[in-house]
Amino acid sequence: MDAQIIDPLVRLIWLCGAVAFVIGLSRMNSPATARQGNLISAGGMTLAIGATAVWLLVLPPTGSFNPTGWLVILAGVAVGGGYGLYSARTVKMTAMPQLVSLFNAVGGGAAALIAIDEYLRHTGVPPLQDNVATVLDIVIGSITFTGSLIASGKLMGLRITPSRPVMIPGGRLVTSALAIVVVAGALFLFAGNYNVAVMLAILAAALIFGVTMTLPIGGADMPVVISLLNSFTGTAVAMAGFVLNNPLLIIAGALVGASGAILTKLMADAMNRSILNIMLGGFGGGDSTVSAIAGPGGSVREVSIDDAAIQLAYAASVIVVPGYGLAVAQAQHNVRELAELLEGRGVDVKYAIHPVAGRMPGHMNVLLAEANVPYPQLREMEDINPEFDRCDVALVIGANDVTNPAARRPGSPVSGMPILDVDHAKNIIVIKRSMGRGYAGIDNELYSNPKTGMLFADAKAGLAELITAVKAL
Amino acid sequence: MNIDLAFTIFVLAILLGIAVISKVPATLHTPLMSGANSIHGIVLVGAMIIAVTASDPLAYILSFLAVAFASLNVVGGYVVTDRMLQMFRRKPAAPKAGKAER
Repeated sequence: MDAQIIDPLVRLIWLCGAVAFVIGLSRMNSPATARQGNLISAGGMTLAIGATAVWLLVLPPTGSFNPTGWLVILAGVAVGGGYGLYSARTVKMTAMPQLVSLFNAVGGGAAALIAIDEYLRHTGVPPLQDNVATVLDIVIGSITFTGSLIASGKLMGLRITPSRPVMIPGGRLVTSALAIVVVAGALFLFAGNYNVAVMLAILAAALIFGVTMTLPIGGADMPVVISLLNSFTGTAVAMAGFVLNNPLLIIAGALVGASGAILTKLMADAMNRSILNIMLGGFGGGDSTVSAIAGPGGSVREVSIDDAAIQLAYAASVIVVPGYGLAVAQAQHNVRELAELLEGRGVDVKYAIHPVAGRMPGHMNVLLAEANVPYPQLREMEDINPEFDRCDVALVIGANDVTNPAARRPGSPVSGMPILDVDHAKNIIVIKRSMGRGYAGIDNELYSNPKTGMLFADAKAGLAELITAVKAL
Repeated sequence: MNIDLAFTIFVLAILLGIAVISKVPATLHTPLMSGANSIHGIVLVGAMIIAVTASDPLAYILSFLAVAFASLNVVGGYVVTDRMLQMFRRKPAAPKAGKAER
């Protein structure tokens, strides 16, 4: 076939791909159609990439077949795709957020690499619009690359990237200096200069900026940051589309950039935090001392396994509050076993899911669904909060900050964060490994509540013992 | 494609992106983010274009990295999103009785 047929045909298939992305995204708004939506989107992606491969084979842009180039493509797809398939299939669902962040990082990195490569190929001063798109692509892509890597490291709890906010000495000064380098460099290039050294300086500044931007942000805010960086990557890809003059990249990139921004807003709203607030510093500004803990300080009551088992077994209703501790201990299956045991004794069991339980919004739902917990038993925060007043026992498993009543008062680092009203329950049992603090780095007043019995154990071991004890009753 | 046409497409796609995300339940925030994350893996198309038009070693290295990064984004993104969403399928054990309760 000749160019006059192939070329418009490929563009038409690209359009189909873009349509599939839009339909796929809109179907992902509801649980019932979400999986199908993702498959539609994947189908569009396969189609678009396949059409591109045919197009590049039949109509090579350079006029002749480039064997080395194709070798590079095959090797790259094998390495990247192979690792992607392996890691996505083997990752534990608890570690999934950091993997998504890694995928986001490399997406931004790829967009930045395209702009760098295109820039190096210019021989003279590129037209202004190319210059603008190139610089924006490099800047946004590099910020997402390092920023998402840091976010991923924070979620993994690596020693170099601890999940707590890390204050960089003179952070504001460093950030301002980096911003000045980027802006000055950009203006110099826009003024009609072609200078590889300046481009590299902009690149370096943006890479460092990604690090300094993400390090000071606390682990609890990471989901919002990853979503924001996801939106950035979309924008960087759209800029790569301008650089390469490719409509598909522009459409898909802008689509993700915009929808990612809306999603970031929704996530921040769910945590009652503003995006600006999050970006400007760690939880509560990072400088808040832990002075907010007034009243009962040390008096914590421990409860024995048998006492806890009796309370649970003879309750009329139990609300389970799962948190990240449950996820890391991989105790979701044990929790379901205990719940089924209690239900067998006629206890009404529900799960209270905080919007940010686990490590990301919706993460806990995924983990419990994996353990075959019936979907209708999972209740969202607004839905379940009034029920704590009528509930006999609230069983908190590895959840901390999201249950801290200090959030209702001003002056605490968690102030204003929506919490589960666990303290309204008649009795509270907390399974926790130690009195260690959560992400916010403050003590939880719930633990010193007279109604609370602390069961110090690993979530999985503690639940296993509880199951044995309930069975023995 | 000239710049004003490209810019028009860009702006319209932004509006579409805003419109397509409605009120999403918090349950789906993570899968939706992951799904959007896979879509920007389309950058693979761009990485392929720079690979076949490359002519010097540096360009080949850069395009290899770009292709590998973009493939990781696409393949990993879709597979992990599907794994997440797989878990939301209706369980036979939980018929619509639960739905009426909500």
